[in-house]
Amino acid sequence: MIEVRDLTKRYGDKVAVDHLSFTVEPGRVTGFLGPNGAGKSTTMRLILGLDYPNTGTATIDGKLYRDLPSPLRTVGALLEAKSVHGGRTARNHLLFLAQTQGLPPSRVDEVLGLVGLQEVADKRAGSFSLGMSQRLGIAAALLGNPQVLLLDEPVNGLDPEGVLWIRNLMKQLAAEGRTILVSSHLMNEMAVTADHLIVIGRGKLIVESSTEDVIARSTDKSVRVRTPDAARLTELITAAGGAATPGENGGGAAPLGAPAPGNGADLLTVTGLPAARIGEIAASASVVLHELTPLASLEEAFMELTSGSVEFGRREQPGQVVQAGQPGQQDPVNATQGGAQ
Amino acid sequence: MTAATPTAPAQVPAPAAEYHQRWGGLLASEWTKIRSVRSTVWTLLLFVVISVGLTALFTWLTVANWNGPQAAPRDARVAIDPVGFILGSGLGLGQLTLCVLGVLVISTEYSTGVIRASLLAVPRRLKMLAAKSAVFAALLIVVAEIVVFGSFFVGSAILHSHVPVAVSDHNVTRALVGSGLYLTVLGLFSLAIGAIIRHTAGAITTAIGVVFVLPILSGLLPGSWGAHINGYLPVQAGELIGQQHPPAGGDVLSAWQGFGVFCLWTAVLLAIAGYLLRRRDA
Repeated sequence: MIEVRDLTKRYGDKVAVDHLSFTVEPGRVTGFLGPNGAGKSTTMRLILGLDYPNTGTATIDGKLYRDLPSPLRTVGALLEAKSVHGGRTARNHLLFLAQTQGLPPSRVDEVLGLVGLQEVADKRAGSFSLGMSQRLGIAAALLGNPQVLLLDEPVNGLDPEGVLWIRNLMKQLAAEGRTILVSSHLMNEMAVTADHLIVIGRGKLIVESSTEDVIARSTDKSVRVRTPDAARLTELITAAGGAATPGENGGGAAPLGAPAPGNGADLLTVTGLPAARIGEIAASASVVLHELTPLASLEEAFMELTSGSVEFGRREQPGQVVQAGQPGQQDPVNATQGGAQ
Repeated sequence: MTAATPTAPAQVPAPAAEYHQRWGGLLASEWTKIRSVRSTVWTLLLFVVISVGLTALFTWLTVANWNGPQAAPRDARVAIDPVGFILGSGLGLGQLTLCVLGVLVISTEYSTGVIRASLLAVPRRLKMLAAKSAVFAALLIVVAEIVVFGSFFVGSAILHSHVPVAVSDHNVTRALVGSGLYLTVLGLFSLAIGAIIRHTAGAITTAIGVVFVLPILSGLLPGSWGAHINGYLPVQAGELIGQQHPPAGGDVLSAWQGFGVFCLWTAVLLAIAGYLLRRRDA
């Protein structure tokens, strides 16, 4: 368990972390979300004792990091910034870490196998691709078989295969009862990985809640619709009080793993009506639908949370923001948007 | 590269509740770090080649020019202190490589980011610095003594026809063993500078400034107080241990006093380095 209490860190007159408190429980993946510069990496460095806080404490199982008797056996960390000497082989990098913890050299081979780097174990880390470097970082984090893992942007720059691998690994490690804190600015990645979310902006806590809850707070829901008769459906939707725009709006809203949306003429993004209502409208007018996908995403929830809390007055369409119930369940009348029509 | 199916990390012996990081592991770790980068091998190789090579070259040039025009004062100095002359000719420049290596041992941890991995593994930062210093010193003392004795045998063989000198002569063993100690402490001195400055280029410049430039500047100071300041400077004091006999007029400090002053300088710098390492964000 990681407990952060009233943590503040200033660099000069810039406040990176501002009286931040949260708890990371074992047995689940906790996503640590925030826009770039929100203080995620700094918070992790404070938890790990690399930087010293101005106020507050961060403890792991009740202890400060520097008081852990054999830290790598308790906590594994993957930092966003590189921490490997390019001239040293992967094996020697892991070996010097293992030796500090009294771990046998055979453990180095085990983690190299675990991350799939055994064939390049004796190559210099400087020759590694980004994906291989991330795997080496994961190997270092897993070296001491720790119960607590902190991963800073682990999927950054990885190919889809690598993303999937890390996602499954985190879920499995959490299922084994470990404490996992993983930071990201990729909201949709967190939507499919994290069970619990800690959202920060400008060093302050915005939300600490389950992923479902955070998505449920998303008020700017849209629905992706594919139909061969886009013009007719647009008319019907407009008549019903919704808004339909051709193509995909606000990039990145598609849940990960969904088929590529493409930009065909058959694609509409509908706002102001829930998916069920759109389906009914289409059915009553005998319009064929090829796809009907609600896009209530963490991305949208996040943008809303941070735009509201981080930069006051930057909400583009305040009229859009209405109280949300569960996704897809809201009353169509209440969801009617002011600005769009 | 194929993605390994994630499997549970194999069972690692659970840490005993009372387990604490042992010095043996920390020393082994620092040894792995220092031996596994190319810069260590290359700088030490350069140290050997420059030291022994220049010793041979300069003693040979001196012998070739013995009794030559205007060579009398130099010949007299060589006759008084042949060991100091032999060691000074090659190691005077060769020691620079040890300054560079001392800085690199710690500054590359900062430039590559390894310092973060190191401090995550050993959050008791002074332990890490102590283990690193100990391993580096152990490596240097072995290499430096070999190079010092090697340079001496090469140099004394060339000089033999004019100024015969042997290990068994008065003060020679002290000068040779002492020079190895001096070079070892010089390495630690540079390591401390690297730990304080944390940037390779700045730290190397500073170390070279202390070894080469500072003596020139302080040599310009007039009078006996100038000589005293000069005598207590780290490298000036430290190098005294490599002299077989003090020059005419004597030195401010004796050989061992000088070495002690140099050790004191190094200890102070290491203490500052340790204080800053503990206090600063990594």
